Amino acid sequence: MSADTATVPAAYARERTGTWTQVGHLARRSVVRTVRQPAVIVSSMVFPLFLLAINASGLAAATDLPGFPTDSYLTFFLAVTFMQGALFSTMGAGQAIAGDIQLGFFNRLQLTPLRGPALVAGQLAGALLLGLVQALGFLTVGLAFGADLEAGAAGALALVALSCLVSVAFGSIGLTVGLRTGNAEQVQGAFPLLFVFLFFSSLALPRDLIANDWFQTLATINPVSYVIEAYRSLLIEGWDVEALALGLAVAVGVLVAGLFAANAALRTRMERT
Amino acid sequence: MAESTDNGIEAEGLVREFKKGPRAVDGIDLTVAPGEIYGFLGPNGAGKSTTVHMLTTLLPPTAGTARVGGHDIVREGPAVRDTIGVALQEAALDPFLTAHEHMRLQAGMHGIPRTAAARRGAELIARVGLSEAADRKVGGYSGGMRRRLDLALALVHEPRILFLDEPTTGLDVQSRTALWDEVTRLSSERGVTVFLTTQYLEEADALAQRVAIIDVGKIVADGTPDSLKAEIGRPTVEAIPAEVAQRERMRDVLGRFGTETAAAPGAVAVRLDDGTEELAEVVRALDGAGVRVANLEIHAPTLDDVFLAKTGKRLEGAGDDPEAEAARAAGREPTGELETVGA
Repeated sequence: MSADTATVPAAYARERTGTWTQVGHLARRSVVRTVRQPAVIVSSMVFPLFLLAINASGLAAATDLPGFPTDSYLTFFLAVTFMQGALFSTMGAGQAIAGDIQLGFFNRLQLTPLRGPALVAGQLAGALLLGLVQALGFLTVGLAFGADLEAGAAGALALVALSCLVSVAFGSIGLTVGLRTGNAEQVQGAFPLLFVFLFFSSLALPRDLIANDWFQTLATINPVSYVIEAYRSLLIEGWDVEALALGLAVAVGVLVAGLFAANAALRTRMERT
Repeated sequence: MAESTDNGIEAEGLVREFKKGPRAVDGIDLTVAPGEIYGFLGPNGAGKSTTVHMLTTLLPPTAGTARVGGHDIVREGPAVRDTIGVALQEAALDPFLTAHEHMRLQAGMHGIPRTAAARRGAELIARVGLSEAADRKVGGYSGGMRRRLDLALALVHEPRILFLDEPTTGLDVQSRTALWDEVTRLSSERGVTVFLTTQYLEEADALAQRVAIIDVGKIVADGTPDSLKAEIGRPTVEAIPAEVAQRERMRDVLGRFGTETAAAPGAVAVRLDDGTEELAEVVRALDGAGVRVANLEIHAPTLDDVFLAKTGKRLEGAGDDPEAEAARAAGREPTGELETVGA
């Protein structure tokens, strides 16, 4: 072996990889990872369905309140189940990237011609898949147990689409936390904080029926309420454009803010020159 | 980006400071010739990995400059990354993916078209002996298998320069030897420049054409293993008295032949002034002084002696030498470079 050995020319031609090509590769990985962790998928569905079962039977009397929009508390609470599922996507996305940082896989990716936005988008593919599976599962279980779907078949599609969007939007928040902390345990530790948003929303009652003023105010300023109400409108009322528009606006707003924050966190995390 | 044919590495005054932390790398200069296997030897925490992180563009230096493959590590990060392959200290693999899937991802990110990527992936997987396990999830791989896949992934885009950060730590003898063979082949057959960090003396000695010894962020010695050992030059004689009470008398006798140096518990060691030619006289002197010897050994100079001479301390991890680990596992004493001449 000698120091003046000539390098053998590369045998494999390389192309410049575009952002979307990179997104494709990373999304595929994220989806494969998600599919190969059935426990994550199952647990993210079992807990919301368990709460649905408890609340649908335990709080059924709430439908007797004057002005309650439906006589099926199962239908009313099913909307919350979709939102809970999205919160699990938040944790999943955060833990995935934090795990990559801890394992060093993040460095492996940094050493390729990786573009930051491609990593963010690719990582969210797993959240999208989780959102899709959850939405189909929640809807199937809900309908099987007698929940209403006033918006019909098209409403079911809208519900699933909204659920995917919300999962990706909240997943981007999880991604930000994962990139900031670089620690899967810390992401898990932050998870209960997200549930605070859920509990201070119109989770259990319509906002106009919340008797306590401060709670009603909190639920009104809490964006999660509007996402739940968008789901609920499709289930209970049919096509309520205002409720859908508000829910969609919140989801898009969270997504934009989440993507901005995730990209900023990624720039801080990626120290490469 | 400009294509460079330079496969070398040059660093000048490279420094890395961490906030509220020590100066992990404290002004190192180094030059690695194209096609050379360069060993970067030092104990844990010496600054080896921080240096690798800077040279591979993962960490910007606080001060100093470096060029890798003809590209500046600060101003031309993408060009550097395009030139290099890296296997960092921890084999960074996704436990949920198979070896083939890792290859596909890595090749895809490097812009190798799908058909070529499949061919390249299969070729590399076969080269590192993982063909049979290639469709199994990496989570079930042994440490050696992970290391081999890590190396294969670092080679997927045919880099001209390869950085290996402690590639054999924790490996069994077979896996270590296989990795050494592959590294040697890459250098000799493909002209790949290899920058290898290690805390194993034997590894640096066996594999590297040139070695730099780093301690507390500074390079304390640099040269070929033979030239470094020649700098120390003199062998060490280490003896254990049959009776503990005779240890001081043994020290007095051996002290006439050289400078006392660190020894195993219960033993006395001196670096011989006039080399192994004095050995017979040493034995006669001990006998003449009535010192009964339980064991007497000659140590040829090692890189550990170089480290000791340059830093005043033994290299941490010398006791974790893979040869020694393997020997202990096999239930025999490690041979190393010791030569027992009887007592």
